[in-house]
Amino acid sequence: MSLMRIGAFLYSTLRLSTPLIFAALSAAICEKAGLFNMAAESMMLWGALIGVMVNGWTGSVWVGFLGACLAGVVVGLLIALATVKGKADLMLAQIAINLASTGGTIFMLFVVTGDKSTSAMTIQSDTLPKIFVPFKKVPIIGPMLNKQNILTYGAILAAVILYIFIKRSKTGVHIRAVGENPNAAESVGISVSKTYFLTWAISGLLGGIGGAFMSMAYTSAFTKNMVAGRGYIGLCASSMVGGNPIGAMFCAIVFGVADAVANQLQLTNAPVDIVMMLPYIVTIVVLIIISVIKMKAHARKIRSKAQKA
Amino acid sequence: METHKEALKMENITKIYPNGFVANKGITFSVMEGEIHALVGENGAGKTTLMKVLFGMEQAQEGKIYVGGKQVKITSPLDAIAKGVGMVHQHFMLVPSMTVAQNVTLGIEPRRHGLVDNAACIKMTQDLSDKYEFGLDATATVADLSVGLMQKVEILKALAKGAKVLILDEPTAVLTPQETRELFKQLKLLKENGHSIIFISHKLEEVMELCDNVTILRHGYCNGSYPISDLDEAKLSRLMVGRDVVLKIEKADPKPGRPILEVRDLEKLSDTGKLVLDHVSFTIREGEVLGIAGVEGNGQSFLSDCISGMQRFDGGDILLNGKSIAGRKISDIRESGMSNIPEDRMTVGCVPTMSIMDNVMADRFERRENMHGLFMDKKKALKITDDLIKEFEISCDDRSEAIRLLSGGNIQKVVVAREFTSGANFVLANQPTRGVDVGTAEMIRKYLVRQVREQNIASLLISADLNEVLEVSDRLLVMRQGKIVAAFPKANMVSEDELGEYMLGIKTMTPDEMEGLL
Repeated sequence: MSLMRIGAFLYSTLRLSTPLIFAALSAAICEKAGLFNMAAESMMLWGALIGVMVNGWTGSVWVGFLGACLAGVVVGLLIALATVKGKADLMLAQIAINLASTGGTIFMLFVVTGDKSTSAMTIQSDTLPKIFVPFKKVPIIGPMLNKQNILTYGAILAAVILYIFIKRSKTGVHIRAVGENPNAAESVGISVSKTYFLTWAISGLLGGIGGAFMSMAYTSAFTKNMVAGRGYIGLCASSMVGGNPIGAMFCAIVFGVADAVANQLQLTNAPVDIVMMLPYIVTIVVLIIISVIKMKAHARKIRSKAQKA
Repeated sequence: METHKEALKMENITKIYPNGFVANKGITFSVMEGEIHALVGENGAGKTTLMKVLFGMEQAQEGKIYVGGKQVKITSPLDAIAKGVGMVHQHFMLVPSMTVAQNVTLGIEPRRHGLVDNAACIKMTQDLSDKYEFGLDATATVADLSVGLMQKVEILKALAKGAKVLILDEPTAVLTPQETRELFKQLKLLKENGHSIIFISHKLEEVMELCDNVTILRHGYCNGSYPISDLDEAKLSRLMVGRDVVLKIEKADPKPGRPILEVRDLEKLSDTGKLVLDHVSFTIREGEVLGIAGVEGNGQSFLSDCISGMQRFDGGDILLNGKSIAGRKISDIRESGMSNIPEDRMTVGCVPTMSIMDNVMADRFERRENMHGLFMDKKKALKITDDLIKEFEISCDDRSEAIRLLSGGNIQKVVVAREFTSGANFVLANQPTRGVDVGTAEMIRKYLVRQVREQNIASLLISADLNEVLEVSDRLLVMRQGKIVAAFPKANMVSEDELGEYMLGIKTMTPDEMEGLL
């Protein structure tokens, strides 16, 4: 019995981690390019809405998924356009986009469906396929992996691909060079502005997929504000590990655990509103712990060096 | 007489900036294959602009550029690289967290199976480094390298991209004497391999030692090209500034009075936990200049920041006019007699976007005598500014224009003017003449000495320029790895060679030898 519960808990953790992983990766590639991505939230929101809408129109969940990807990319490119071409302040542009997206998605939902809160009643949309594993009888691992959405596997794959891309591909090397010393990159003919555009596009793509998971896997409809800060949690996950995609994935899973715990507690008598705060409180606590650890390590290093000297 | 092919020719280059400033006027010079060609001139003479035109960063109004005998139009740095012109910038264009190989091959990475072929990158870099005897490890991380090695990486970057003509913009400014010698050896090797080098420098002895020919710029005009063998340093400096630069500074013997600044057992840890100031102690008295020589990065900047109050220290104490400065605000420290000519004039020394007047008044607008009611007394401020502009011969069109529009030398004059007239009795001068033209440098040095003697104030001079630190200082200390490793009672009696031995760690004085000299 308890093994099954562990399996179910891990299943829930992985499922809840999926959007966080995509958000973290979306922030990670930006971090490598020296950019601060606060807009994963918007990329996901638009991805979630457009995915459902395109799915409803075309009747194909995969075309809907493509729509979600595209929506994320458009949001990313919009930020690039405003900040690279338009020389707008990056932070302000992202705050503006986030505010506009919160309202904008609800407005678009209302225009299309007449409903201001959810597409569940009005748009016929499906969920992306689940993967059935042959070893579902194996304790813990079986229930953990069986019937996970394809995007959950996609998230892990994306982290690995992004890691290799950043580390080994020509474009990835250029992104890192731009992130660390734009002048150096420019001086050898790497276009900094093109690199920023590309980075935002990839970041938007990842955010868009994260959004698609929210409305086309986690649930089967768009609900207003359904991203609920996951973009920011992803940003935290990425910055804890300096933008390393694999590390960002594991950090995202830590937050996924908090999410899963909150979900479990909702089934008990614990007050729901406080339980819902859990993932966010964990985010703050983890951030503090990490920075304390870093400070301690730093102080230790200083002491040991001083003793040597 | 060997016959060489012409590698590069700039003909009749005229560059006028949109604000009407004529930076280059009809400049013509050429560089042969296998030649090291010096480009010298005071600050603001037009060297930088000319090289920007050559490297495609600026477009000239008139003139032609020939590379390898063919007329070319260079529209961007990339274009310049494609045509075989490479530039080693004064501020390195490197990505610190990447390896030497990744930096060298950045932008031209060899690929295999769609990914960057790291092995090929390393091989390519290592081969190039070995060919020119650079002694670099292609797999080392750039952040761990010394400045000298970083510069080599910069040169390799240009070579890897096929540069035949290399522009080096004041390459020795950041190097130790030893590294400079090594650089020269390598540049000569490059020359033997048929590369042409344009060597921009303020240091005449280096030009004399290294270069084959020299082109002199003065106020935007070309003042002729000469074979080095026809010139000596005195002649060259006359061509540059139109008068003899006196490298000797005449001064009376100091009569040190009461102590002004006392540094006692000063300790400082850097952010990374390195002990960057290791029990540093010395005293500076009224009427004397104490010089600190040393290879850059041996704690001089930390010492300067601790004394000026910009950084806190971790042990020991600093007394200014008998009072500890520990934990006090900078304005408070300045009130008790500190003035500071900082190393980095553009970020610490002045506010680049503000006018000369605002910059001059920055430390004194709050004083009662300069106030008019609640506000600064504008009339008085203008008078103070005008007086200083006149006294320090600051050349500017308008005292209300942003200070960043002035040349480096004139900006430094503004900083020096403010710091010497703040009423302080201690002047901290950290690299006061760096990147400043010869004429201004001479003026600043003489002014420093005169003020110290006449006003009976004390000064600490930190400088990487050996000539300066030997000529201006009365007493001299040498810093290495955060420690004082030598002390000399008479700076102008020390030879550069002897100083070099202490700076580079060949010799160290024992505490007994330094007894009484600190």
